[in-house]
Amino acid sequence: MFDDSNIIAGLEIGTSKICVVVGEQNADGALNIIGLGQSRSRGVRKGEVINPEQVEEDLRTAVSEAEQMADVEIRSVFLGVSGGHVRGFNNRGVHPVVSADREISADDVEDVLKNAKAINLPAENTVIHAVRQHFFVDGQDGVSNPVGMLGARLEVDMHVIHGHANRLQNVVRLVRATSLEVNDVVFNGIATSLALLTNEQKELGALVIDIGGGTTEFVVYSDGVIRHSGVLAVGGDHISNDLAYGLKVPLTRAEKLKLEHGAALVSDAAKGQTISITNDLGLELKRVNYEHLQRIMSLRLEELFRLIAQDLEQAGLTDYLRAGVFICGGSSRVPGIVQLAENVFQMNVAPGHAGAISGLTVALDQPEFAAAIGLVKFGSLKNRRRAERPFFKGIIGRLLQRS
Amino acid sequence: MQTPEQNAFFETASAPSVKIFGVGNAGDALLNALATAEFSGAEFAAINTDAAALAASSATVKIHLENKLFRGLGSGGDPERGRALAEEQFSTLKSACAGTNVIFILAGLGGGAGSGISPVLAKAAREAGALVLAFVTLPFDCEGNRRETQAQASLEQLKSAADGVVCLPSQKIFKLIDENSTLVETFRVTGGFLIEGVRGVWSLLTRPGLIQVHFGDLCALLRDRHAENAFAFVEASGAGRAREVVEKILTHPLLDEGRVLAESDAVLVSLTAGKDLTMAEINRVMESVKRQCGHAQIIMGAAADAGLKEKLCVTVIAAKQHAPPASVTPRTETRTTAPAAGGQREVVVARPRPRRAGSKPVQTQLPLTIVSKGRFDKSEPTLHRGEDLDVPTFIRRGIALN
Repeated sequence: MFDDSNIIAGLEIGTSKICVVVGEQNADGALNIIGLGQSRSRGVRKGEVINPEQVEEDLRTAVSEAEQMADVEIRSVFLGVSGGHVRGFNNRGVHPVVSADREISADDVEDVLKNAKAINLPAENTVIHAVRQHFFVDGQDGVSNPVGMLGARLEVDMHVIHGHANRLQNVVRLVRATSLEVNDVVFNGIATSLALLTNEQKELGALVIDIGGGTTEFVVYSDGVIRHSGVLAVGGDHISNDLAYGLKVPLTRAEKLKLEHGAALVSDAAKGQTISITNDLGLELKRVNYEHLQRIMSLRLEELFRLIAQDLEQAGLTDYLRAGVFICGGSSRVPGIVQLAENVFQMNVAPGHAGAISGLTVALDQPEFAAAIGLVKFGSLKNRRRAERPFFKGIIGRLLQRS
Repeated sequence: MQTPEQNAFFETASAPSVKIFGVGNAGDALLNALATAEFSGAEFAAINTDAAALAASSATVKIHLENKLFRGLGSGGDPERGRALAEEQFSTLKSACAGTNVIFILAGLGGGAGSGISPVLAKAAREAGALVLAFVTLPFDCEGNRRETQAQASLEQLKSAADGVVCLPSQKIFKLIDENSTLVETFRVTGGFLIEGVRGVWSLLTRPGLIQVHFGDLCALLRDRHAENAFAFVEASGAGRAREVVEKILTHPLLDEGRVLAESDAVLVSLTAGKDLTMAEINRVMESVKRQCGHAQIIMGAAADAGLKEKLCVTVIAAKQHAPPASVTPRTETRTTAPAAGGQREVVVARPRPRRAGSKPVQTQLPLTIVSKGRFDKSEPTLHRGEDLDVPTFIRRGIALN
């Protein structure tokens, strides 16, 4: 029923906000963002639901706001998921080609994909995505479609993203409880990179970092395929918490200080300066050291980037990021964060913009909405694929699946 | 000039006299298996209530405990009868033990003779001034409840009467052998473990040592501890023998895969090898044992035996206090027996046995969470390579804000 419709909604239940983006897909498959709804999220910590009732309430607010703005009724959504339990790894499937003429058939491809998906996961985990990378025919690298080629041994690399089944199911159930259908569950990191990266950038190699409220997702693309992904359960909340602890102020005040005075690098101007905290009547309550504020934030963000850099180093991907690093998410608004990331990664860093889609500029310019916009884009690609498959026998669909 | 007493004293100090007692039917069987050339210096004695079994024994000394009232039927599986018979003949037992330094008691607990006589024999032997080590087996589960409870009761008595008890629950062995092995094989394996134990201690005492473990050291480790001992004898040969031996120790079923070492408060390690024993090998074995042991007192010995050729044999005895753990025990009490080395038995015997209330006090660790995690206090910690990322970075890095 909804498959015929050209309205696509993306829902991201984040740690600091719940955000719904509505897109409209025209007959050519082009996507236009027509609605946006958001509300503060109160029942989520580190990307995972801790208070379902509150989340449900916030979710309704956000959805109705988006419905009003887009003037449509949202019936189903593409749901973004994240959390510290989500992991990504690469797996290789092998399949010997047994036919007499050694020609690789579509069946062989299907078999090798099945083999690559047969992975050893902890019992409680479930696969969110299994994304095909490249085929190898007799060890020859970089084959994107081996059907019709000759070979004895067909291999394929898969990037598998998996997470704790029950925790993922919690969110899905919650959304279903608000009488919304969940079309698909998408890892936030993939959604974000869909929104931010162009095909050229994916081909060149790029790292996308989405620093949210409770989690930071990072995804590496190179040669047009996803190479690496991961989640660190560290985000903007941690910065606020550090400030609250270090400056001895309440958490809400720390949050405010972060937004008003935060910086990713300690500026010379801040040295020796203090900030006065005033109450509602304008009376001074306390003075906090400006330099300390910036140092605490700087240390936390630098550590976050270093952890990601270490991870990439281990995966051996540091030299493949020729398009550079793209940062988005709410915490990417911290002044100086690009500079800090450049210092850590020693390469080009740019704030990410969801440029590949047209529509409401309000929504597209904000780094917080990248994941939700990416979810809509994911939905549009899926719809398009479904529409085109009968005509092109799924070839284009298969190519799209790689993106 | 040396007086005859002095001569006797020096002899005792260098080569202790050993007597091995087999008690009951199971003990007799073990004794027969033991009576090989290897133990030529030891004296064998069999004690039983069953005359027929005793007649078949190869022991040099045979003590038949009998009472007319029982009409030659033996103890009939009742440890109280065995006990009564042994107590009746206490002086005989004591005189049989006289003049011996070390007494091994081999018995299968659970029946009448083994369970009843062993504790009495241990007591008699101690009164005669010997160091008493008991090697006993506990019955299989399938042998029934009664035998199990009898064995447990006897084991408790034995622990308080003997200096050290090496106890081998047969059921534990049952799990180690494969299903198809015959009954005879099963008994041979269980017996084999005990025999290995006796052999280990034996070779410890008799073989010329490079780093000698004296009889005194053994006394210091075992006497008056009334300990529950765990015992392992492993051997390996070839180039990687030290590593192999360490692996075998750490996976030994009788040491509970090394856990026993961590809980014990005294450990004796004896290495025996051919002439090619290297310091590096000793070091390797001792390092890993030490790492396992934690706070235990370690006594170590090394001996060369040309007959072993390529082989490296390691004997580990871990002693653990068996008294129920009490929360506070003054530390000073724990090592009263340590200086009693050198085979001066009078001194040791004269001292009242220190009955320790429990094992040594364990320093518990207080949770060091001075840093509150604030907002993330109750949530699952974000651990990344051993660091809790929820704790502010500047705290973890130790950066002072002033």
